[in-house]
Amino acid sequence: MSGGKPDGPSFVRRVTGKLGRSSGAQVDEDLWASIQLARHAERPYTLDYINRITSDFEELHGDRLFGDDPAMVAGFGRFHDRAVAFVGQQKGRDTNERTYRNFGMASPEGYRKSMRVMEIANRLGMPIVTLIDTPGAFPGASAEERGQGGAISRSMQLMWRLDVPVVAVVIGEGSSGGALGLGIADRVLMLENSTYSVISPEGASAILWRDASQAKRAAQAFKPTAANCYRWGVADAVIPEPPGGAHTDHEQAAEILGQYLQRTLLELEAQTPAERRVARRDRFRRLGPLRDPEGGVAMASGRDAPPPG
Amino acid sequence: MSRVGRNITVSIDRLRHLGHRQDRPGRIASDASTCPKCDSHYSGDEMRRNLRVCPACGHHFPVTAHERLEQLGEPGGYVELWSDLRAADPLQFTDIKPYVDRIREAESKTGMNEAIVCAEIEVRHVPCVAAIMDFTFMGGSMGAVVGEKLARACEHAAQKGIPLIILSSSGGARMQEGTLALMQMAKTVIALDALAEAQVPVIMILAHPTTGGVWASFASLGDVTYAEPGALIAFSGPRVIEETTREVLPADFGRAERQLANGQVDAVVDRRELAARIGRVLHILAPPDGEALLATPPGWAQGGAERVGRVAQSLPSIPGKIMGRIRPGSGDDEGPAE
Repeated sequence: MSGGKPDGPSFVRRVTGKLGRSSGAQVDEDLWASIQLARHAERPYTLDYINRITSDFEELHGDRLFGDDPAMVAGFGRFHDRAVAFVGQQKGRDTNERTYRNFGMASPEGYRKSMRVMEIANRLGMPIVTLIDTPGAFPGASAEERGQGGAISRSMQLMWRLDVPVVAVVIGEGSSGGALGLGIADRVLMLENSTYSVISPEGASAILWRDASQAKRAAQAFKPTAANCYRWGVADAVIPEPPGGAHTDHEQAAEILGQYLQRTLLELEAQTPAERRVARRDRFRRLGPLRDPEGGVAMASGRDAPPPG
Repeated sequence: MSRVGRNITVSIDRLRHLGHRQDRPGRIASDASTCPKCDSHYSGDEMRRNLRVCPACGHHFPVTAHERLEQLGEPGGYVELWSDLRAADPLQFTDIKPYVDRIREAESKTGMNEAIVCAEIEVRHVPCVAAIMDFTFMGGSMGAVVGEKLARACEHAAQKGIPLIILSSSGGARMQEGTLALMQMAKTVIALDALAEAQVPVIMILAHPTTGGVWASFASLGDVTYAEPGALIAFSGPRVIEETTREVLPADFGRAERQLANGQVDAVVDRRELAARIGRVLHILAPPDGEALLATPPGWAQGGAERVGRVAQSLPSIPGKIMGRIRPGSGDDEGPAE
């Protein structure tokens, strides 16, 4: 990577072209391969990025209401000479850690911890970066009884209300409301091999095909790749990964992510809080094409052009 | 007891199965019904008069959005808004059948365009905007049209400075619109804040079922939140939880009564008292001009209670009278969202 400006337009465009054509009945192996990469066991996780792109990271624990959720990481670090709050779901590397981190599936305490940190950041005027990597919020009876739905909706509500700049980055698997709970931001960036979907391919397979083995077909139907999310207007930029995928070189993956984050934050810091909030609201207000007889054929939110570098 | 639990458990498989049936009866509004809980049988007229609540056991049947509006206001006393918005198919989505076919079937089955109806209405003489979801249209699922109409309802109520009533009855985000359906959660949560800025209240009614991305977005953000008896209110449904965690869930998992104990709703309100209850809270929070200073209870309070009483009296009060008409089997086709 060269200098302070991330290169990679040509790389991104190439990938976009490849994934963007995915349609038709036959299974697109490139698309499935990309989805597998998003969940690769050696892929860098939230703390892998935070520890590389910040100098000094102070992790905070607990929601001050019930407990601490290891599936969610939240704290402050120094990033390019300023304090930045980071929150994100955390997956585990080995069996023990996976269990400890609950496979990156956060409970209400996780969202409430991250809200606590975001409120502090907002009060102290520091930008917020969320790193999204989860198969979904934890589907457990205890989580339900402590208000999983309300924890996610209130997290979204808080993020929309924030005065400080907010950037969300989908670094791996972004599935369901559990992902979107950290996703209300001024800019949503996606790593090249990440996915952002209403449900995991396996979940969709079980629901729509009534057959858990149809995950490939489900993925094909949802097409939840970074390039497609960019096209739909769900993502604002696609961050390139090292050749072969982020898992091949954690250092380089973190370096590229850091460059994109810095550039994005500088852009946002040049705006006033009021400007950011209006744009943040309008950004989500536009999403979702429909047929409106008064407003023309469709309210298009998508883009035709490939992601810029 | 187990039968009750089984009958009102939401199984997505079952919903999908129902969605596929070609021979479904048309709109449920005029159909006779057999109570899945106590097997009592009622004519469509009886059901309508009793607001689709079983007079024998209190079981709450599903209600279409238009009939809901008539229950909340006066018959025909509402003006529908944005009724011509319709779904697009951004992903050209096909699972077992194409999404466009599913929409067409839902339209012909329900006579509606989408899973939500928005209207201007007066509830107990308080002008409001109402956004009523309809489970009969693709499981009440939230795609771009539902998100858009909810957002417009919020903006419209805020702009007019009148309360918003949202009634949710939905399995969650509409799978067939993929990631863009997920984004409707964000859109609706943000749109609700228009009401906060305009300082007008949001009354949330959780009907059976309120699950998934709907519960995890606008439906959990009401200022005052009422749930109908027996309504399933959950982010993850019982089947998903049992399959993922191998937990054995209690029969009343996620039900309105249990969610009241969990602190997730303000009250469980019988549908036959719902309009009066909403009217009461609106007269506290957003009284029509001048009424805030009234020393005596407003007339609607007594009138409303009397009306409920009359309706209840006009119906067969015990199953005995209708024992002869009870049929074996049950009307599980239209049971609340099995």
